[in-house]
Amino acid sequence: MKKSYREALHDAHAEALRDDPRVFLVGEDVGRYGGAYAVSKGLLELFGPERIMDAPLSESGFTGLGVGAALGGLRPIVEIMTVNFSLLALDQIVNGAATIRYMSGGAFSVPLVVRMATGGGRQLAAQHSHSLEGWYAHVPGLRVVAPATVADARGMLATALADPDPVIIFEHVGLFAVTDELPELPQAVDIDRAAVRRAGSDVSLITFGGSLPKTLEAAEALAAEGIDAEVLDLRTLRPLDVEAILATVTKTHRVVIVDEMWRTGSFAGEIAALLAERAFFELDAPIRRVCSEEVPMPYARHLEQAALPAVAGIVSAAREVVGDHE
Amino acid sequence: MNELPDKAGCLALYRDMLRIRRFEERCGELYKEQKIRGFLHLYIGEEAIATAVVMHLDQRDAVVATYREHGHALVRGLPMRSVMAEMFGKVDGCSRGRGGSMHLFSAAHQFYGGHAIVGGGLPVAAGLALARRRVGEGGLAACFFGEGAAAEGEFHEALNLAELWHLPVLFICENNRYAMGTALERSQSEPDIHAKAASYRIASEWVDGMDVVAVAEAAERAVAAVRGSGDPFFLECRTYRFRAHSMFDPELYRPKEEVEEWRRKGPLVTFQRRLEEAGLLNEDELEALEREVAREIEDAVAFAEQSPFEDVADLARDVYTPRTAT
Repeated sequence: MKKSYREALHDAHAEALRDDPRVFLVGEDVGRYGGAYAVSKGLLELFGPERIMDAPLSESGFTGLGVGAALGGLRPIVEIMTVNFSLLALDQIVNGAATIRYMSGGAFSVPLVVRMATGGGRQLAAQHSHSLEGWYAHVPGLRVVAPATVADARGMLATALADPDPVIIFEHVGLFAVTDELPELPQAVDIDRAAVRRAGSDVSLITFGGSLPKTLEAAEALAAEGIDAEVLDLRTLRPLDVEAILATVTKTHRVVIVDEMWRTGSFAGEIAALLAERAFFELDAPIRRVCSEEVPMPYARHLEQAALPAVAGIVSAAREVVGDHE
Repeated sequence: MNELPDKAGCLALYRDMLRIRRFEERCGELYKEQKIRGFLHLYIGEEAIATAVVMHLDQRDAVVATYREHGHALVRGLPMRSVMAEMFGKVDGCSRGRGGSMHLFSAAHQFYGGHAIVGGGLPVAAGLALARRRVGEGGLAACFFGEGAAAEGEFHEALNLAELWHLPVLFICENNRYAMGTALERSQSEPDIHAKAASYRIASEWVDGMDVVAVAEAAERAVAAVRGSGDPFFLECRTYRFRAHSMFDPELYRPKEEVEEWRRKGPLVTFQRRLEEAGLLNEDELEALEREVAREIEDAVAFAEQSPFEDVADLARDVYTPRTAT
């Protein structure tokens, strides 16, 4: 059955709301409007205003309400319209949700799910387009996942809701319209494991979230040149599947990391540091990173495209690391 | 002048306040002995509020407090031993030594901290209240905070959400006139805090926070109002902090005469005089109370002294919930 990423998310919500009366969705325009990205369209009619709560514009308020509701035994899903707006809720996520289990000596857990749109490519300029996944992945106490495929969009919500601790789900705006075949019955997703999306032997392209389609496209282009690239989708940024990262590098000995964050302090930097510490002698070439240019996201299409990781950039980085040792 | 409760009721109020006062005086000494470290914020002068509010709560209710919460924890029933051990950073502390003075938690007492981000507890209380409402047993969330919180966005977001969504929250503003060193008049365009709640259409009143009987009467009305209506109530208690903000505060921002004047209006000294004049408390009873409290405190100190520190091997325990626990 062909489904879009958006439909997969919608179905995952409907299923969660149907299966567990503790689950509710709260966020800006999730009800009558149907969700800024139409993920929750029609859910208000199905589940009513107690389960689909249209929140006023108060990110910190309704995210904190989610923390409290989770502490109180409910299973809230908080939708924040974009990662940029989530900065208004950072206190509740970082000082609250992430710390309470530890700070209370294990007295309380916070089974909260926070979903937000992330990333650029839709000409939404410098206050709606950034990728800050790594900021959240920096914080112990959180789980951070980035579904990059339709199947993961369908399966990750249930796994996140079953988790006893706060889970942040990043949904890249470039993925909502992507379609793929889905099985009739939803599949459980193990959010602790990275996934090899394309097997290869010459170079490892490591990525996550919205950069996966570009990276797969680059791998196909490289194949046409005779370079056999392996594509590893991290899926979960915290906890990181270190074994999968080491396994692919041990296989190919060459690495390009694709990450839409700005290069300085990017999540790609963390992967590179990990490889330098744990796989230095496996590397046959310097690690390359393909990240966003260090500018606030511009509006004009040609500038925005120049700022974001692109297929051509991934291809040329891969060529370089492969060429380096041949 | 309000009417005194019966003798047993009066002695219980006096005893609870005395217990907090003597406990905190001892904490101040232990801080100088370096048994207690970090920040230590004493509640001395404000004891009437926690004493007279918490007595009207029951096991259905959740309590959310601030970093000045020793008194609230004690009257809520957390064993003094576990609170003192927490201050000592010991494993038998109510938060296993992870939180310290500012982060007291107890699931058994539905005591949800111990929040040291001013205003951060208010949205959490709103969420706890939402969960209480869904359970439908009449429970409420009691949220304590200082007047400094009224300048934070989270205060306004939480008040709006609580009234808009009919959440059973009892907001208790402990207005001690100073946000650390900044006087109320220097930080608020509208220094009448309870009027701010009224502007959100929340039923609100203010009371003399130095008069334990007045606070008890107001709190009884407030709790009944929240239980009866399911809507929030805002109780502003006007009080004063006799000690410095924390142990590092040289108190340059207020004249000594002002502190002295408020000390004469203190909740213990005025209530004691009133009880003596009414013939409800004699010297023998007073001495017996002091002895009883002193015994409990010395027992708590001895317990904290002998309690072990947590094994460093457990440093990462409770960053996440053990998966088997769900």
